[in-house]
Amino acid sequence: MANHSTEASYEQQPVWAGGRSPFNVSYGKLMMWLLLLSDAFTFSSLLVQYGAQRFSNVQSPVTTLWPEPAAIFNHFPFLHGLHLPLLFVSVMTFILIFSSVTMVLAVEAGHRKSKKEVVKYMVYTVLGGAAFLGCQAWEWSVFIHEGARLDGNTFGITAEGAAKFKTLHFGDHFEWESAWRTNGPVPFAALFFIVTGFHGFHVFTGVVANIVITIMAARGVFERRGHYEMIEKTGLYWHFVDLVWVFVFTFFYLI
Amino acid sequence: MSTAALHAEHDAHHHHKESFISKYVFSMDHKMISKQFLITGIIMGILGMGMSLLFRLQLAWPDEQFSILEVLLGKWGAGGKLDPNFYMGLVTIHGTIMVFYVLTAGLSGTFSNLLIPLQLGARDMASPFLNMLSYWFFLTSSVVLCISMMVETGPASAGWTVYPPLSALEKAMPGSGLGMTLWLVAIALFIISSLLGGINYISTVLNMRTKGMSMNRMPLTIWAFFFTAVLGLLSFPVLLGAALFLIFDRSAGTSFYLSDIYLDGVGALENIGGSPVLYQHLFWFLGHPEVYIILMPALGITSEVISTNARKPIFGYSAMVISLMGISFLSFIVWGHHMFITGMNPFLGSVFMILTLIIAVPSAVKVFNYLTTLWKGNLRFTPAMLFSIGLVSFFISGGLTGIYLGNAALDIQLHDSYFVVAHFHLVMGSSAIFGMFAGIYHWYPKMFGRMMNNTLGYFHFWITFITAYLVFFPMHFMGLAGVPRRYYQFTLVKEFDVWMDVNKLITVAAIIAGAAQVLFIYNFFYSIFRGKKAEQNPWQSNTLEWSTPVEHIHGNWPGEIPTVYRGPYEYSRPDREEDFYPQYIPDETSTDPLKSTKAAPAPDTKEPEVEPVNSVFFSALKRVFGWS
Repeated sequence: MANHSTEASYEQQPVWAGGRSPFNVSYGKLMMWLLLLSDAFTFSSLLVQYGAQRFSNVQSPVTTLWPEPAAIFNHFPFLHGLHLPLLFVSVMTFILIFSSVTMVLAVEAGHRKSKKEVVKYMVYTVLGGAAFLGCQAWEWSVFIHEGARLDGNTFGITAEGAAKFKTLHFGDHFEWESAWRTNGPVPFAALFFIVTGFHGFHVFTGVVANIVITIMAARGVFERRGHYEMIEKTGLYWHFVDLVWVFVFTFFYLI
Repeated sequence: MSTAALHAEHDAHHHHKESFISKYVFSMDHKMISKQFLITGIIMGILGMGMSLLFRLQLAWPDEQFSILEVLLGKWGAGGKLDPNFYMGLVTIHGTIMVFYVLTAGLSGTFSNLLIPLQLGARDMASPFLNMLSYWFFLTSSVVLCISMMVETGPASAGWTVYPPLSALEKAMPGSGLGMTLWLVAIALFIISSLLGGINYISTVLNMRTKGMSMNRMPLTIWAFFFTAVLGLLSFPVLLGAALFLIFDRSAGTSFYLSDIYLDGVGALENIGGSPVLYQHLFWFLGHPEVYIILMPALGITSEVISTNARKPIFGYSAMVISLMGISFLSFIVWGHHMFITGMNPFLGSVFMILTLIIAVPSAVKVFNYLTTLWKGNLRFTPAMLFSIGLVSFFISGGLTGIYLGNAALDIQLHDSYFVVAHFHLVMGSSAIFGMFAGIYHWYPKMFGRMMNNTLGYFHFWITFITAYLVFFPMHFMGLAGVPRRYYQFTLVKEFDVWMDVNKLITVAAIIAGAAQVLFIYNFFYSIFRGKKAEQNPWQSNTLEWSTPVEHIHGNWPGEIPTVYRGPYEYSRPDREEDFYPQYIPDETSTDPLKSTKAAPAPDTKEPEVEPVNSVFFSALKRVFGWS
């Protein structure tokens, strides 16, 4: 029973005859959408917790503010000591968004049933995902090296520190000052690790799925099947992961 | 060659290849998976019920020694007296098992799997493989939960809601250690199982219906399972998010849910800065939809059983669907009524209160529609019908107290008292379990091809119905008097001495209720092997599942899948001789299956005679007790 329905559904849509089909998609794609809907709620719950923690974290007397991301994430490989706020994470984000573009190209090639191009663009997508994961590993290790811990936060910034920080320019020499290295709101680093980690886990599963799909495409499985719907399904997942990153990026780096 | 014929050929090809393992263990057939869910659910139900009897014993005879407890529980029952920590563990695991394992997976897992393909005319679920995974995740989760009861420090003991700090600090109480960790593992597995099941149910309902089965011809059971799956899909992930943070709080030193705790005037925790109320918000964002995940399948089953056995169309089909939709939507925006006194802005409290009270509207629509369907129907009191009527009774009596509890001001008195226990055990506990019993009695012939014993069914119903009220009704009065729930014993509070006798009454009734379930379990397992062989359509029902062969086959229908010509509740149509008109019987007058012929108008006669009320009452009595 397992196999026939899986294979029959895409090409032989007439299986459906119960009046008007509500979404006009195969059940496999519908399932992916439902999974993403559910996952969107998981990420929402994480980001809601972030918001609640951040806005309820008012210590009295107010001595430190929520850490300034631009003061923390200002490193770039081989350019230590310079103040390059959010440059590295912008590169990461660009890589991830670009891998979404190559994914779109792979899906489009799939519609044209061009096996060679599908494989080419899928390989680019896999590389983009893997590069993003590598960047994240570097970002995490630098952050941990600078003293980020799950059970505390030494990146608190005082009001004077924040004022002074504003005078720093892009590319200036950067050193830690006590004004922005005091004990700050506790959950800052823990939230960062859990939420970006949970997102990174999604990217990882996406990369694994993409590798599997690439191998299947290269071996001609979809060619024999007559359609490349699997590319579309993993593509949906991949775009979702990118979209989530846009929110994570906004909350953790920009605001 | 049509697809259906292709399927048939395919099935014929593969039929002989089935081994024991692929048929009974790693089965991908939705009918077998539904039986697996049911039997696992029944076993978990026995466990959960047994636990409730243990702590009822403690509540009724707190100073008595029962040597049997020492035999059963070892060190947890040392000296024949239940250990206080283990009492907390029992309360917690009883709640967890009943809410998640019996009434979520056992109820909607069983009947969604059985009925969605059969009532919609599909060969199987959209993805049989994911369906199988869903069961195996559920079974693994059940096993992990059972193991958590056997660890040295005892099972999780923070209540089934596992609020921090009891759940977040490993040393808070014995059950906060390994037991709590295993609880979280079990629930994570359960969430995966529910997700896999849910996406399968939704896509099957949307995509796999047979020819002619438009959305407005789906039986109400399917509508209920559909909305249940949507609720689960959207609310369980939030619990996953909460559990993730809780795990980090427990083992990685974070403090999302831990605020300042002072012991002897000094802060007792190293890591603070979080808020336990945040966890409660997230938990109840799942917790409240969960109530409807439990209840809605039971309501769907009741709609089907009542309409079939009243031999009348369900009253207000679209009102039933819309009220389910309304309940589903509202269930997401009322979670705050569980937290009126845990530190919430009072203005927010009144918003949640108003939204909560609005739920009474769709619920009342459902109740009135059940009653009007029954009204002057040609009632057949099968055991399933009795259980369905029992559900309606519990839904009314438990639902009314919901209006009290939804009131933010009254909740100050009633919160965490036995009034709450009484309320939810009636409205979602008893009524959902009655819906489950109704479903089992009604579809047993479809599941096992045999009939259950009716006489035992009647005994089972009456004893359970009466004892359920005896157990839960007095609890309202205890709660109003301020008796708090989850307490180990009340002997030190002299004011509560007056309730000792009531506690004894409740425990005796609970033991009788437990004994009545033995009748059911005997009936259930005996009938699998020795029951009377079932006919094709034993209840003269309209829906598609009764057109499949009594002996199960892969793919459900031997030939083509039947086409559907009309809605599911066309009972007692005036232009038909038989009092039912199955969905799959072709219309003589219409060739297009999607265009249903309207029922011929009733012959123009004089006003129907209205029976005097007392004779309706007596004829109902006669039917119930079989006097004729």
